[in-house]
Amino acid sequence: MTTPLAGYLLVAALLFAIGLGGALVRRNAILVLIGIELMLNAANLNLIAFWRFGPHPEALTGMMFAIFSIAVAAAEAAVGLGLVIAIYRHTNTAELDKIDRMKG
Amino acid sequence: MNAVFYILAALTLAGGLATVLLKQLVHCALAVTVAFAGLALLFLQLDAQFAGFAQILVYIGAVAILIVFAILLTRGSELPKDGVFSKTWFLGLVIAAAVFAVLGWAVLASVSAVPQQNAVPSVTVRDIGIALVGRYVLPLEIVALLLTAATIGAVIVAMHEKERPR
Amino acid sequence: MIATPEATNPFFVNLDQIFVFLSNWLVGFLPAVLRPVAGVVLGVVAIVCVFPGLFALTTVFERKGLGRIQNRIGPNRVGPYGLFQPVADGIKSLTKEDIVPLRANAVVHFLAPLVLVVTVFMGFAVLPMGRNMVLVDMDAGLLFFFAMGAATELSVFMAGWSSRNKYSLLGAMRAVAQMISYEVVLLLSSVAVVMITGSLSLPKIVAAQNQYTGVFPHWYIFTPWGLAGFLMYAIAATAETNRSPFDLPEGESELVAGYHTEYSGFKFALFFLGEYLAMFSISGLGTTLFLGGWSAPFSFLVWVPSWFWFFGKVMLSIFVFIWMRGTLPRLRQDQLMNFAWKFVLPFTLLNLLVTALWRFMGEGWARWMVCTVILVAAYVVMGRVEMRSEHFGRRSYRYAE
Repeated sequence: MTTPLAGYLLVAALLFAIGLGGALVRRNAILVLIGIELMLNAANLNLIAFWRFGPHPEALTGMMFAIFSIAVAAAEAAVGLGLVIAIYRHTNTAELDKIDRMKG
Repeated sequence: MNAVFYILAALTLAGGLATVLLKQLVHCALAVTVAFAGLALLFLQLDAQFAGFAQILVYIGAVAILIVFAILLTRGSELPKDGVFSKTWFLGLVIAAAVFAVLGWAVLASVSAVPQQNAVPSVTVRDIGIALVGRYVLPLEIVALLLTAATIGAVIVAMHEKERPR
Repeated sequence: MIATPEATNPFFVNLDQIFVFLSNWLVGFLPAVLRPVAGVVLGVVAIVCVFPGLFALTTVFERKGLGRIQNRIGPNRVGPYGLFQPVADGIKSLTKEDIVPLRANAVVHFLAPLVLVVTVFMGFAVLPMGRNMVLVDMDAGLLFFFAMGAATELSVFMAGWSSRNKYSLLGAMRAVAQMISYEVVLLLSSVAVVMITGSLSLPKIVAAQNQYTGVFPHWYIFTPWGLAGFLMYAIAATAETNRSPFDLPEGESELVAGYHTEYSGFKFALFFLGEYLAMFSISGLGTTLFLGGWSAPFSFLVWVPSWFWFFGKVMLSIFVFIWMRGTLPRLRQDQLMNFAWKFVLPFTLLNLLVTALWRFMGEGWARWMVCTVILVAAYVVMGRVEMRSEHFGRRSYRYAE
């Protein structure tokens, strides 16, 4: 690890991989959503790290991007979990491999 | 690179790993909260005070609570009989590892090319506010629209399908 | 604002700053490298000592006050006038057996009270408790306070879920739903103050209110939007701290004791402490935002030490909390939610618009008229509309079949 920036980027990459792994290997729809949240968070860490160590921190680009991304992620979580609850009410399960019918 | 960074990184990654590996869904939700908190502390360590507090407020205060509510509403706190991992878990693991390998390689290979500025940026909340309603006002409005749409959408999706007569 | 001769008197200036001087003097014994750290540690120690002490006093005060309201005497056995009752209670809770339910989730069950108390204590870090008496003057202090407040919700859920008790779980779900609903209001009513002050830093918000016209201070509560905002804030704060009349999460008649049903001994004491500390911190924030923080209520009283005013105002709001607890009956769950989303939240949003109007109409009496008229009209119209759907006829009962 040569520079601070590389350290943060590696942590973010690892977190992204963990989130991706979680989204791919778990069966529960909520856990998949959590995995996606982790991936978004890893991206935020990248944005903040680039803002901090980048050439123009006073332009605030990375920081703003991260703040907007936090807001969008909150909306995504609300709608995603609402969908999971709606599906659960319909099929009585939140396990993704049991929700395999196209017909309601 | 200092000790604080290593501790926070370890905390965040441990939270993330626990989220993915734990069986009980509520434990997963609590573990992901640890990961969120670790990330917020990393933001603070990167001198992004506003983003760090916003992260705590939004993720721990709202998203984590939403997740636990969803878990309880879908009876997710009961362990499923046939395991928590999908049948294709190995494939998923390979893909995740491959993605990490590519990302890590990209980071390490481009270390020398990345610009490096170590001076602490002096950004106050006031600057952020002025930027939000100045240069970034259009994204702000779009986010406002998106949040309104998401609120209405989430309510409609999660509403009872049949209106019960009163 | 130093106006009166007493205010420039060195004795009163010293009395005002006595804790600052004391802290600087104690820290001065250390080598220069350690001083910043030692200052913070000293501040933390002071907060950790003062507020639990205040908590002990408040429990006696509350029990005596409630006794008065309910026409009985209240605790009077331990010490003069029952003043040492909290000592007895403390010893009792420390020596009681710590019972953890067999099927409880031991780790989460153990962590929940700790998380609660720690996050509540963190909130005190940004409150200015007197002139120059703030532990960390953060640029985003208000945001920090709310971030910490948001973190307490999760500890309530942890306590309720890990106990494996349906009353605990139901209480926790009620508490979390209620806290989330009213937190929106809490935040939005504080935003009005931020709009006028132009800063999220709490010392700056107090400094903006520490001015006088004649003898009267520029507290935000003495403006139309400030009064409306303060009332909404007070409602939300009562709900946020699960105090009566919003104490459904621990409705004894339905839920035993809510999310801390399965806690005993010292852990229960921690929950109890956490609840009162949350009350102190939220009253402290309300004081800072709307009641002028540590500034004196009249310009001829500025010689009284600033910390006296802060703690006086906080204790006054605690008194109002106790008074409400002794007076108002508990709400029903649907009433609570309807009240939050259909009355308090729209009114707070309207108050934000009125605040913006106030900000841009400039000085003069016109803005007083316009803002007052809008707010009063909105209050009356919204109240009427809400009440119309309520039918206050004879109560009809439905029995289980």
